[in-house]
Amino acid sequence: MRAKRSKSGNAAQLNDPLDCLVTQWARRNDKARQKELSFVTPASDFTLYGAKLRSRLMLGTSQYPSPAILAEAARASGAEVLTVSLRRESARLKEGQDFWRLIRDIGVRVLPNTAGCYSVKEAVTTAQMAREVFGAPWIKLEVIGEADTLQPDVFGLVEAARILSAEGFEVFPYTTEDLVVAERLIEVGCKVLMPWGAPIGSGKGLNNLFGLRALRAHFPEVPLIVDAGVGLPSHAAAAMELGYDGVLLNTAVAKAGDPVAMARAFGQAIEAGRAAFLAGPMQPRDMAAPSTPVVGRAVLT
Amino acid sequence: MKLVVNGELQEVPAATLAEALQSLDFADAKVATALNGEFVPARARVATLVKDGDRIEIVAPRQGG
Repeated sequence: MRAKRSKSGNAAQLNDPLDCLVTQWARRNDKARQKELSFVTPASDFTLYGAKLRSRLMLGTSQYPSPAILAEAARASGAEVLTVSLRRESARLKEGQDFWRLIRDIGVRVLPNTAGCYSVKEAVTTAQMAREVFGAPWIKLEVIGEADTLQPDVFGLVEAARILSAEGFEVFPYTTEDLVVAERLIEVGCKVLMPWGAPIGSGKGLNNLFGLRALRAHFPEVPLIVDAGVGLPSHAAAAMELGYDGVLLNTAVAKAGDPVAMARAFGQAIEAGRAAFLAGPMQPRDMAAPSTPVVGRAVLT
Repeated sequence: MKLVVNGELQEVPAATLAEALQSLDFADAKVATALNGEFVPARARVATLVKDGDRIEIVAPRQGG
């Protein structure tokens, strides 16, 4: 549909508050983009709680066919952050000790999670145990509110983030794309936000593009990472094209026919998506616009 | 001493959490502990007394997303 013209020129755009936000953000971002493009391309360092990272992929360590494939996939992905969890250790099997040796040998940062916690208390206690075991203040904070969608309980999430931030944790909250919740998380001390793309393990991709765009536009300075629901490299690339700072995923790689090849594909897609974002994607339009010049066309009737 | 260790009732000869870990063969393992739902830091285990029926959680690094 063609936008109605008015005296102000872009009334149609002004009537859409989101478009307005996105446009403002894009303009602000132009300067940063130019700066970044000028010295390094396509990827440059980005910072999460003071840690400089080159790779914008964060990879989960669960559900791989074998520990060896996990290690190889992790290396092939280029990820510099791996997510891990804490689970009950059996005195007889000591599985956790072997797993920890494997992760240590890969030699990248770990981001422990509070997966499976349904209450603030469980999440906070799990975080405290994780800080001791892993010797670092990073925590991927999950407070789950609903079993079918594994949707975060955002009320519990904000409360747990408040407690943990006050205790010196560096919280990576697994949240929804809700702007108000995001604002609260930042107020209580979060310096990174991790909105879901779709329910954990669903592979559905970016379920709410509008919401993710709005979140990006609303928080231009906060590192945003799409966490959960990513099924394909194209989903990850799409998140990066929106201007997201990174993508966290697990099942899409672990459950692929060839996890190592898929890990590599995700690494490449995320780089491509980032490069595309920096290059300034065109604005889509509703009507065709010939790319070949119309002027000079031979008359052949 | 009857303790519930990771959900299982066990007879553990121990007066403190540190002794319990020792007798459960976790002395050198990379684990974190909670007693009755509260985190107990490694340095506090020696001074943390346990009593019959106490619930101990012993966790270690594991695969996660």
